[in-house]
Amino acid sequence: MEYQNIFTRTQVRSHPHHGVPMRGNSLFERQGEGFFNYWAGKIGNAQIGPIYLGATGIASIICFFIAFEIMGLNMWASVNWDPVQFIRQLPWLALDPPSPAYGLHIPPLNEGGWWLIAGFFLTASILLWWVRTYRRALALGMGMHVSQAFAASIWLYLVLGFFRPLAMGSWGEAVPFGFFPHLDWTAALSLRYGNLFYNPFHMLSIAFLYGSALLFAMHGATILAVGRYGGEREIEQITDRGTASERAALFWRWTMGFNATMESVHRWAWWFAILTPITGGIGILLTGTAVDNWYLWAVKHHIAPIYPTPWPTVVDPATLPGAPQ
Amino acid sequence: MKQPVPWARAAAMLAALLLLTACERPPAYYTQGGYRGTAMADVQNPRTFQAKVDANVVPDPSPAADPGGPKATEVYKNVQVLGDLSAGQFTRVMVAITGWVAPQQGCLYCHNPANFADDSLYTKKVARRMLQMTRRVNSDWQSHVQKTGVTCYTCHRGNPVPARIWFKDPGPRTAQGLAGNKFGQNTPAREIGLTSLPFDPFTNYLDQHEQIRMASTTALPSGDHQSIKQTEWTYALMIHFSKSLGVNCTYCHNSRAFASWAQSPPQRSTAWYGIRMVRDINNVYMNSLVDVFPDYRKGVTGDVAKTYCATCHQGVYKPLLGVSMAKDYPELQGPSPEAAEAPAAKPAEVAAR
Repeated sequence: MEYQNIFTRTQVRSHPHHGVPMRGNSLFERQGEGFFNYWAGKIGNAQIGPIYLGATGIASIICFFIAFEIMGLNMWASVNWDPVQFIRQLPWLALDPPSPAYGLHIPPLNEGGWWLIAGFFLTASILLWWVRTYRRALALGMGMHVSQAFAASIWLYLVLGFFRPLAMGSWGEAVPFGFFPHLDWTAALSLRYGNLFYNPFHMLSIAFLYGSALLFAMHGATILAVGRYGGEREIEQITDRGTASERAALFWRWTMGFNATMESVHRWAWWFAILTPITGGIGILLTGTAVDNWYLWAVKHHIAPIYPTPWPTVVDPATLPGAPQ
Repeated sequence: MKQPVPWARAAAMLAALLLLTACERPPAYYTQGGYRGTAMADVQNPRTFQAKVDANVVPDPSPAADPGGPKATEVYKNVQVLGDLSAGQFTRVMVAITGWVAPQQGCLYCHNPANFADDSLYTKKVARRMLQMTRRVNSDWQSHVQKTGVTCYTCHRGNPVPARIWFKDPGPRTAQGLAGNKFGQNTPAREIGLTSLPFDPFTNYLDQHEQIRMASTTALPSGDHQSIKQTEWTYALMIHFSKSLGVNCTYCHNSRAFASWAQSPPQRSTAWYGIRMVRDINNVYMNSLVDVFPDYRKGVTGDVAKTYCATCHQGVYKPLLGVSMAKDYPELQGPSPEAAEAPAAKPAEVAAR
């Protein structure tokens, strides 16, 4: 049982590690001295802080706070400032984009203007946070893989809320801010554009999304399974015989004939992860701009089969002569 | 392992979570309706379906009346709609209506006890209009009601006001300032299955004649500018269909191509005529009573009660589970005096809807 390590079993305690000295000129220092938390240690490193926010981090938090307040206060106003109804109905509440009649013009505040402002600050917050992931990686002498992956998801976010509405000439095409409303938007998008499942980029995105989950499960399970041999020290074991690393590799080679290496499995994970929003974003950007009905598009290109119908043929009643209004 | 893992507590919490998710207790009977692989099926739970059976018991018809003998107009005064009936048939219908619509209140719900021919009660004027409507539905809307037809009971079920009606809904009060616009949605309403979709799709589609269809008819863009927001209004109406009929989307649609008529079961065509019938009822009959109804019978915007799918269907795919009451009441099958008055169809306008 000692090795059935579902949760982290070891917590290292010493004085909090403050990290390497800061280089270059920065307006801000790292904040806090760091402390330990037992429950954080169950799922990760028990040391919390110090944190480096820096100029971009602070600006990002301020922008996010503004966007969050605009959304929250609009939702609260929509239940007439009733705190009980605000909590009860929260999953239904939303800050909606302008109606299509406004096109790309700037509408009055209560006709979607707040949505534009909230969207601006949320986007600014996200982009500033991206700059932060880039600059922190630079400061630590790391590769840019994290910021590249984050950029991939920002691509999808911008397609949904900015690029596609621009291409369609209407802010009303964008996604509302709200729990259920954004899900309704998703369903309505598919209904309007003739079933998104026939969108090949949507297909690819789903394949990469489910593939990501599968790869994550395989890799996580493999490393935990060789935890008794120190499998979490992945890279330093890469060339050693008889180690956790080799056992993990042999497990998959014997199971399916092929194995990733300790290095390449992370490459697999990274590619699958970034390709999910990249392909998804392409699929959304093409919807309504290049293709208006994905089902009919799939019929045209012999992707969608024709099924028999076990009932008499139905014609559209609106096409019959003398049809009622 | 030194400490016992609190499995029992974890299991109890999991069970509590499951209870909270409002899952329906099995079994669910699955009746395939479409080609294999299309997931077109009717799913019913025999327990919940039995509740619908119990709620849709049809009252026994009264013995048929002799169509011969003196006409109702010869025996009674102020008979405007049912004048083609014999006095016997007329009395039979009056008694039946009392049982269907005002069983507690009796004849005096509509009639002045001093003079039954008097039109002073608003309920009598409404009832007259409703008789015209019933005949219109039974004679001119067989595209929807088939030969099954309707009677007063189809909607009223013993209530003076049918249980399932709708008024224009301006929505709950929001802050009357510069924020908090709901855009007619984002409110859990029973009529739209507690979704956050627009909560009053009925004014647009069942009172007015807004375009319901929103999916493009061409693979590539060709000038169709229906928006995603408009689609949400259609979606809300369709949720109402589903809730009112106790069926899922695939009762009328192949969900892989909702818009495709070639892949739709015949029920969709019936529903299409139903939408037009409801518009006819609301526009020609209900709205004409706006000056007849007293204020306390009207909605918050001063409009009259209107019909939608739930008014007759009340949770089942065929009202009263398809039992025809109208066949026992030839009195309600007469000619429809409104046919000539109703606005003529405009095919060019219709084609897009």
